[in-house]
Amino acid sequence: MRLRGSGWSRAGLAVGLAISPAAYADWQMNLSPGATAMTHQVWNLHTAMLAICATIAIGVIAVMGWSILRHRKSRGVEPAEFHESIGVEIAWTVLPFIVLAAIAIPAASTLVSLYDTDAADVHIEITGHQWLWEYRYPDAGVHFYSRLAADSRRAELGVDGTRPQDVAHYLRDVDNPLVVPVHAKIGLSITSADVIHSWWVPALGGKKDAIPGRINKKWFTADEIGTYRGQCAELCGRGHAFMPIVVKVVSKADYRAWLKAQGGQAPAAADLPDAPAAPADFDALAASDALSRDEAMTLGKHVYNGLCSACHQRDGSGLAAAGYPALTGSDVATGPIAAHINQVIYGKNAMPAFGRQLTDAEIAAVVTYERNALGNAVGDEATPKQVEDLR
Amino acid sequence: MKAGASPARGGRRWLWLANHKDAGTAYLVLAAIMFLVGSSLSLVIRSELFAPGIQVVDPAVYNQIVTLHGLIMIFGGIMAAFVGFANMMLPVMIGAHGLWARRASGPVFWMLPVAFAALLVTPFIGGAPQTGWTMYPPLIMQTGPALPVFIAAVCLTTISGFFSSANILVTLLRKRAPGMAMLRMPLFAWTWVVTAFLIMAVMPVLAGTMLMLGADRYLGTGFFGGPDGSALLYQHLFWTFGHPEVYIMVLPAFGLVSTIIPSFARKRLFGYTSMVYATLSIGLLSFIVWSHHMFTTGQPLAAEMFFMFSTMIISVPTGVKVFNWVATMWRGAMTFETPMLFATAFVVMFMIGGFSGLMSSLAPVDFQYHDTYFVVAHFHYVLVPGSLFAMMAALYYWMPKWTGVMYSEGLGQVHFWWSVITINVLFFPMHFLGLAGMPRRIADYSTQFTDFNQMISIAAGLFFAGQLIFVFNMGRSLARRGAQASARPWEGARGLEWTLASPWPYDTFATPPRIEARELAKPD
Repeated sequence: MRLRGSGWSRAGLAVGLAISPAAYADWQMNLSPGATAMTHQVWNLHTAMLAICATIAIGVIAVMGWSILRHRKSRGVEPAEFHESIGVEIAWTVLPFIVLAAIAIPAASTLVSLYDTDAADVHIEITGHQWLWEYRYPDAGVHFYSRLAADSRRAELGVDGTRPQDVAHYLRDVDNPLVVPVHAKIGLSITSADVIHSWWVPALGGKKDAIPGRINKKWFTADEIGTYRGQCAELCGRGHAFMPIVVKVVSKADYRAWLKAQGGQAPAAADLPDAPAAPADFDALAASDALSRDEAMTLGKHVYNGLCSACHQRDGSGLAAAGYPALTGSDVATGPIAAHINQVIYGKNAMPAFGRQLTDAEIAAVVTYERNALGNAVGDEATPKQVEDLR
Repeated sequence: MKAGASPARGGRRWLWLANHKDAGTAYLVLAAIMFLVGSSLSLVIRSELFAPGIQVVDPAVYNQIVTLHGLIMIFGGIMAAFVGFANMMLPVMIGAHGLWARRASGPVFWMLPVAFAALLVTPFIGGAPQTGWTMYPPLIMQTGPALPVFIAAVCLTTISGFFSSANILVTLLRKRAPGMAMLRMPLFAWTWVVTAFLIMAVMPVLAGTMLMLGADRYLGTGFFGGPDGSALLYQHLFWTFGHPEVYIMVLPAFGLVSTIIPSFARKRLFGYTSMVYATLSIGLLSFIVWSHHMFTTGQPLAAEMFFMFSTMIISVPTGVKVFNWVATMWRGAMTFETPMLFATAFVVMFMIGGFSGLMSSLAPVDFQYHDTYFVVAHFHYVLVPGSLFAMMAALYYWMPKWTGVMYSEGLGQVHFWWSVITINVLFFPMHFLGLAGMPRRIADYSTQFTDFNQMISIAAGLFFAGQLIFVFNMGRSLARRGAQASARPWEGARGLEWTLASPWPYDTFATPPRIEARELAKPD
């Protein structure tokens, strides 16, 4: 839940401890779902547990509230005598176990995923110092330090009357941000040169301690380009509040350009993953007038698996005993394309006519699929126009 | 001071504290002073956090104040006060003449003022550690010449805690009056059996850990640093002490509330036996959950799993207690004098603190909560509207017995409503700050956290100011002003203390009392 407003800063002014009632940022009251698939999972766990706790709390408070209103001496009630009940006590010992088990299972599964630090696309070594962060990209040969931004420092010290509310991202801005590519699995190896620190950017996941003499691993994959801010989360001395973390998530191309600008070696573009393919929109494909080969194969497979595979089987081998012919190498699927289309539209013997159920694009796609998959490699394609002409 | 043996002459009386009521008084006075000192430190923290930017104290001083606020409140406030209630009430509650080792109380007690004075001196002899109460190395190794004084002070509190608990435990086991079987004792006595056991188990661990820190610094041993040492070893040792410590600070509160709610519900405690077993299970489980304080240290997956599950399980006996209190209220004939108001608020707000603890038990989510204001909210809910409210309930409950006069019920009600409102405005928004990403123990913060911090700082000042009502009300009773209290001023109260006159005699149960079934927590 986010509320906007600065009523309390006005109250602050009212008590005479003057600071500007300028509208500060949002009144963020809840965990943010973050910018990675894992932070979404964690957010779901948080929300589920919060809901469980709130439900039980409301139940307890409701029963207690009813009791407080009703079971009062002033209402003339006589106190009851009961003081134990084995059944009730067993119930409220056992039921919580079941509720806890139900949330423990997804939590354990998320934990396992968060510990899976293998196979990172980009590897970064992070070292905490009093009070700055050091970043090293061992594969690219890039290395730099990241300190509190100069304007935040001026505002903290009040240089030239600069106030915290005058600078952008007070205490959450640095001179050299960490730069990582979007969609790539970023593997972090975190340690410290002096005392214990903790590396934390909430939108990219939980914190991990930077401990001298020890390397802790963490990973994240950012789904969205953007700038994400956090700070050291373990008390590390006088400058603890003043060692922010800023991560810029950029496109693959920008990342490679940035590495080169830093004097490093950029990995080949092919070594960085692209956005995961969006799921196909079958309704749009089914309504289209022309299909690319890829689109036809995608839609065709979808139609085939949904309708045809019941008899002809997923791999096209058919079911001879029941009279369903194989499509792999069959005369229809490897013969003239017009006859193939005709049979799908009008059916034959046990095979129903699909002409009324399927659009031109769907019939074209399934024909193309049957001729170029299921062990066939005819090479030609049916078009929606051909189907329309044969109806 | 009426019938029975009269007090020893001034100096000796307060040096040896041989009378358990004198000992209890000394601990409670010390705790009151320490609560004042510790909360004054927190007001410095809240003034600095009123606005972004550094206005009041340098961050290095801020960190020292954070350290001292924690240690003073834990050892000087909460623990000393619970030991005070134990000294004051337990011998009477079990029909004993006094504590098992009567003259041990004095020397054991006087270690504490020395220890806290030493702690409070450290900022002026080079600076207290800037670590917070957890005192983690390597950061604590950056402390200046005050470090040995600091270590000695912490060790002194552990020695005092160990021996005062030993005395209480042996008293409960060996000095009960005939007819006061273990399973008939008041719940407050039972919670102290477990608390004393926990204190005796973990105080040596803390003392040893502190001595290892000193050895690292002055003898070059390298337990917690260097090529063979491990900063994580310290954390494991510290939390082996530190997690049972959490229950040390709340189990006696369970006992107080379990005594007070039945009195005002005019109905016996529901599920006495299950309360005893829940207390025992919490005591045992408290030893196997320590590493949930270390979820983000990168310990192996198997350890994360184990400590996540064990922590979830400890919520079950804790839940049983809450359900039992509600069932005790159910179909009672309740009245809401001030002790009952505070006890009822304890149940609700301790439950809030318990639930945020349960949320934090989920390791992958704790990676977000850990070391943020969400956790600050969590343990303050358990300790302030939790333990502290239980103590306030107990003071209102027993003060008529101690002084022979009734406190002002009107002022008590005002104090309650003032406290319960301001405490929630003070601590509830800390959940929001933590979830929005504000780390704990920072001297300055990003501007997006300003609004809630201002709200919290104002509420902190108001809560603190409201306690003046409480001080006045208790001071009025101590000055013997107010209506005369009867021997049993609470209609539904059970227990041997109510068989004594009000004020109670200086010397009680020199011969064991004949116990009537009515006074037992569980007569059958």
